[in-house]
Amino acid sequence: MTKERFDFKDYIRPRFFPHMWCPGCGHGIVLSSLLRAVHELGLDKNDIVITSGIGCSSRISGYVDFHSLHTIHGRALAFATGVKLSKPELKAIVPMGDGDALAIGGNHFIHAARRNIDITAIVMNNRIYGMTGGQFSPLSGSGKKATTAPYKTIDREFDIADLARSAGATFVARSTVFHAIECKDLLKKAITHKGFSVVEILTQCPTYYGRKNKEGDAIQMMEGYKNNTVKIGSKKLEDNPNLIQRGIFVEKTDVPEYCEAYDKIIQTAMKGKA
Amino acid sequence: MNNKNNIKFIQGNEACVEGAIYAGLDFFAGYPITPSTEIAEHLASRLPQKGGKFIQMEDEIASMGAVIGASLTGHKVMTATSGPGFSLKQEALGYACMAEIPCVIANVQRGGPSTGNPTHVSQGDINQARWGTHGDHAIIAMTASNHQDVFNITVQAFNLAETYRTPVILLLDEVIGHMREKLVIPEQGEIPVVERLRTSVKKGVDYHPYLPREDGRLPMSDFGGEHRYNVTGLFHDMWGFPSNDPKIVSELLRHLVDKIENNVNEIAMYKEYWLDDADYILISYGSSARSAVHMARNRRARGVKIGVLELQTLWPFPADIVREKCAGAKAVIVVEMNMGQVVTQVKNAVDNPHNVFLANRVDGELISPSDIKTLLRMIQGKGV
Repeated sequence: MTKERFDFKDYIRPRFFPHMWCPGCGHGIVLSSLLRAVHELGLDKNDIVITSGIGCSSRISGYVDFHSLHTIHGRALAFATGVKLSKPELKAIVPMGDGDALAIGGNHFIHAARRNIDITAIVMNNRIYGMTGGQFSPLSGSGKKATTAPYKTIDREFDIADLARSAGATFVARSTVFHAIECKDLLKKAITHKGFSVVEILTQCPTYYGRKNKEGDAIQMMEGYKNNTVKIGSKKLEDNPNLIQRGIFVEKTDVPEYCEAYDKIIQTAMKGKA
Repeated sequence: MNNKNNIKFIQGNEACVEGAIYAGLDFFAGYPITPSTEIAEHLASRLPQKGGKFIQMEDEIASMGAVIGASLTGHKVMTATSGPGFSLKQEALGYACMAEIPCVIANVQRGGPSTGNPTHVSQGDINQARWGTHGDHAIIAMTASNHQDVFNITVQAFNLAETYRTPVILLLDEVIGHMREKLVIPEQGEIPVVERLRTSVKKGVDYHPYLPREDGRLPMSDFGGEHRYNVTGLFHDMWGFPSNDPKIVSELLRHLVDKIENNVNEIAMYKEYWLDDADYILISYGSSARSAVHMARNRRARGVKIGVLELQTLWPFPADIVREKCAGAKAVIVVEMNMGQVVTQVKNAVDNPHNVFLANRVDGELISPSDIKTLLRMIQGKGV
C-alpha cells in the first residue's frame, strides 16, 4: 500500500489522449478504477503487462503506462498466456469487451480459467459491439434492439460469473461503473489473487445500447446500475430475484496456479524423470 | 567433431526439434495436428529439461498468440502445425509481421484443401505461406529435403527471425517430417546462432521500439524491462502508437516489405547439382528434390547434361538466382507436389518462360524419379 496521493498522470500516456471513447461511456471509470487499484497496491509499472484484443474496451491498453500489447480480436488471453508463462514474475492484466471475451474469445476465456493461470481478466460488459456501431453481443440478452437485431434479439445471454466459475476460475467478481470504489477494491483483490481472476464490470454504452433500447442517457443508465443491482445475498433478492448481484462469487486458494505447476514439471524434467 | 551421442536416426520432425533447441528455442505453444504432432511431443519432453516452457493450447490460434506473447518477454519461440492449423494461424501471423515480432512457424505440409489428405504428402501451402494472411506484407519461408538440412534451415529460421524481426515459416512436408534418417548434431558454435538484439538505450531515455537503426535492424526491449512501450497490429509510429497518418502508414508498410525483399540474396539458401554444363535443369525443393536429384544422377550416368537447383528459401523468392542459374538451359523442369505454385515464380524469373515445364504429382504419393523422367523424355522428343 503506497501512501503517495494518486495522480492519474503517473499512470497514463499523455500522447495517447484524448481517448476515443464517446461522451458518457463507462469505460473511463473502469480505467480510473484500474489505475487506482494499481496505485493502492503499490505495483511497479515495469512489472505489469496489459494485453487487450479489439474493441472500444481494448483501447485501454494503449492509454496506460505499462507494457502494453494490443492484439487481435478475441485472442488477448492467448497472447497473455504466452507472456505470463514465459515470464511468470510479470502481472498480467487483460481488459476485454463482452464480445471480445465471450464471442470470438470465448474458447480462450474458458481455457484460461480451466488452467488457473495467474491472469486478471476484466470483462467490460456493455452488452453491445460499440466500435462497429451497435450490433448485439452474447451479453445483450433476448428482446433487445441492435443494428443487427432490428426485430429484437432472440439470442440468450451468458452469465459471465456462472461461466467463469464453471470453467474453473478461482476468483470471480462483479461490479458496475456506478460502484467505482467497489470496482477498485475488487480489482485489487483480483490482481492480488494467485490464479485466474475474472472481474465483470457493467459499463454503459449510451451511444448504442442505451439509445437503441431506450435506456436513457449515461446518467440514467448508471442509475439503472444503482437500482437494479444488489450485493450478493441481499434481502432485496427475496422480493426481486431478477436483481443483478455484485461482489465476490468465487475465491479459492487451494487450486494450483498454472505457472507454478509448470515449474514443478521443469524440476521433474531436469531430474530426468520423463 | 562427431561422437556417438551426436549421431541420431530420427524423423524429420525431430530434426526440426533438434535444430530449434540448438538455435535457442525456449518457448513452444502448439496444438495436435497430423503430420506435425511429433514436433510438439518431443518439445513437451525436451523443453522443460533445459528450463524452457511448453504449452498445449486450446487451439491453433491460441498457440500462435501465445508464442507472440512469449517472444515479447525476450524468448525464442516456435509453434508447429499443418494445413488446416496453418490456415487458422494466419491472422496472428500477420500480427507478428505488423508488430515485427520474431517467431518461427513450422508447417509440415499435408494434402489440402480442407481436411484433405492428412497422412499423405503435399507441397500445396507454398502460396499460402506467402499470401495466407491479409494485406501486403513480406515473409520468409524455408524448406529442406533431408534431415541435416532440416536441422540447418531450422537454425537459420531462428536467425532470420531475430535478424529481420519477422515470422519465419518452415515449410516441411509429410515425407520429410515422418521419414527416418541420420542426423549429425553439430557442436555448439559450428553453426552461428543469432541472439536477440536488445536496445542499449538506458533507463529514462526515450526508447523508440520501431525506429530502425542505420543497418535496418530494430533493437528490442523485453516486456518487464525498463522501457514500457505499446505493441499493436494497427499501423503505428516509431513509439508503437497507433496512427493513420498517410505518411506513417505508407512508410511502415514499405519498411515491412523492403526489409525482406531488399535482402532476398542475403536470405536465399539453395543447393546445386551439376548445373555448370546443364542443358536441362530441374528446380525442386523439399522431399520432391530427393527424386529430382536421384533422377538427374541416373541421367548423368547415361550422358544427359542435366542438373538440379534445389531451393531452400522459397520466400522471398530468389528470382535473380533462378534466372542466372537457368540462363543457359534448353529446358527447366520444376518438380513439385502441387498444381504449380513454384513453377509460376520460375516462369516469372527466367528469360524464356516457354521453356519452363511442370513435373508434378498431387495424389498424396511422393513424386518419383520416373515421373520426372517421363516428362524429360517428352521434352527431349524421345517419346515416353
